[in-house]
Amino acid sequence: MSDGARDTDATVTRDELHEVEDEFAREVAASEKREDARLLHQTDEADQEMGDRSMTEVVLTGGPWPDDDDTMIVNFGPQHPSTHGVLRVMVELDGERVLRVKPVIGYLHTGMEKTAEQLTYVQGGTNVTRMDYASPLSNELVYALAVERLLDLEVPERATWIRMLMAELNRMASHLLFQATNGLDLGALSMMLYGWREREMVLRFIEKVTGLRMNTNYIRPGGVAADLHDGWEDDALELCDLVETNLPDYEALLVENPIWLERMVGVGVLSTEEALSVNASGPILRSTGFGWDLRKAEPYLAYDEVDFDVVYAQNGDCFDRFRIRLYEIYESIKIVRQCVEKMPGGDYRADDLKVTPPPRARINESMEALIHHFKLFTEGFRVPAGETYVAIESPRGEIGCYIVSDGSGKPARLHIRGPSLNNLQAMEPMLKDTIIADAVAVISSVDPILGEVDR
Amino acid sequence: MPLDSIPHNFLTGRLEDLVRWARRHSVWPATFGLACCAIEMMAAGGAHYDIARYGMEVFRPSPRQADLMVVAGRLSQKMAPVLRQVYDQMVEPKWVISMGVCASTGGMFNNYALVQGVDQIVPVDVYVPGCPPHPETFLQGILTVHEQIRTGELLRRREERGGGAGIHIEETHVPA
Repeated sequence: MSDGARDTDATVTRDELHEVEDEFAREVAASEKREDARLLHQTDEADQEMGDRSMTEVVLTGGPWPDDDDTMIVNFGPQHPSTHGVLRVMVELDGERVLRVKPVIGYLHTGMEKTAEQLTYVQGGTNVTRMDYASPLSNELVYALAVERLLDLEVPERATWIRMLMAELNRMASHLLFQATNGLDLGALSMMLYGWREREMVLRFIEKVTGLRMNTNYIRPGGVAADLHDGWEDDALELCDLVETNLPDYEALLVENPIWLERMVGVGVLSTEEALSVNASGPILRSTGFGWDLRKAEPYLAYDEVDFDVVYAQNGDCFDRFRIRLYEIYESIKIVRQCVEKMPGGDYRADDLKVTPPPRARINESMEALIHHFKLFTEGFRVPAGETYVAIESPRGEIGCYIVSDGSGKPARLHIRGPSLNNLQAMEPMLKDTIIADAVAVISSVDPILGEVDR
Repeated sequence: MPLDSIPHNFLTGRLEDLVRWARRHSVWPATFGLACCAIEMMAAGGAHYDIARYGMEVFRPSPRQADLMVVAGRLSQKMAPVLRQVYDQMVEPKWVISMGVCASTGGMFNNYALVQGVDQIVPVDVYVPGCPPHPETFLQGILTVHEQIRTGELLRRREERGGGAGIHIEETHVPA
């Protein structure tokens, strides 16, 4: 074999080698580009949420890091045990100090307001009750009141009182849930057990009346779904007594607990102006010294006929928000006792065959009753064209229902003003210039229900 | 040493059964509460229903220490990638309970916003019905998972034994 031949062979091999190397380099470049795009895609939401931020190159030299003028963005959630569901919070930190807070919502967006446009007014209750799932009866109540205002329908007195009774029981259940989760978030784990114990008692009564523990669809346009069961007075009074005997335990465990006070007093302070500027309501607003409660300010149902106090505090911190919810349970017990005492007789729903179904017994004997029943549950009823807004006090604040009707059997637009959404925005002034360790206490004390925030 | 010569205080059994027994009694769920069902899941952890009876009260916030993912509530399109990521972070062996009708089928919300059943995202072992399920229904679902652990395969991974809903997930990359 000559040298030339060997050279030729070698050249060919080198060419092939170059080709392979080029190919490899191209692949590496392409994969780097893909990786860059992927990283950019991952971080682009963060960019968008936190506004313009110039990219800085961090060089580790063994000195303090990050630099004094450098800030860090920490991401809470959406899968985080103390964010009450799927809240995502982005916190900009300077060391431990919180500079900015941005709640990122939408992780539980269910499209309920759109779904409401496809459901008849009869079916609508099943939809709205699933928004604020810790107090479903408030959602049903505000929806029913709005539909009734559009229909210009009077409900019997007994239905009004049953509604008030159930709404207050639901307020108790919701605030007990808050006691449990608030304790859980801050490490007072036994509160979790106590809170659930009392809440189960309330839920058992609600289940006995409505048939379900949550998402009851009990309060419907025209009245309520069913009358109270025999012996409900004794059940309700026994429940009130049990909860009332157990609540002093909560005070003993928490209100005088030095660790609890250390975590809560003076943390997440909010002023009345800040609360009003973001439309916060409920315990958040009342903790700032502004005793605004729609049950007193604009009485609906029969709240002007019962005796109760609006609980409010002056400091606007986490401890006040916790105390307000605790003492509101006592006020609710007071209202429930008065409901038992003053419950009027009569029908539990309006006697209007176009809106409420006929009694079950009538369906067997009356053709008209059967037709009405069939029409009501297939087509529902028509509501005169118009629009209305009704607001009530839910455990979380002012819950409002805005309905636009075009005269058909389904709402043209339904909007629920969820108090949690506005209360969540009060988080930024609360957390400003505090430390990151207080973030959990503040989020917990807002008590947001994400189902209502995102709907 | 022949077995006959061992006098007493001795149990024989298969190692497989021992492993299954141990696994069954220490299933740690990951906290993946989404909506209403999460409240009932927490109620099951409360004093009255007491999930601790089954050795399951240790709800792990970190998916890496969890064996069971309870998808409790409706899953929105925005949350779906997070769900998948949490599932991927869990180590085998792992099980998934789809709690409530929204998680199982989309429930009453057949619209643009919701994933119509989480089995499109992760393989599901047990579906718990209800809106929301009663804590007792949820406990029944947990017992069903325990039964699956007791009778199921020990070592082979779930894809091979055809576990879950048999959904194949294809990973798509962002175009360069």
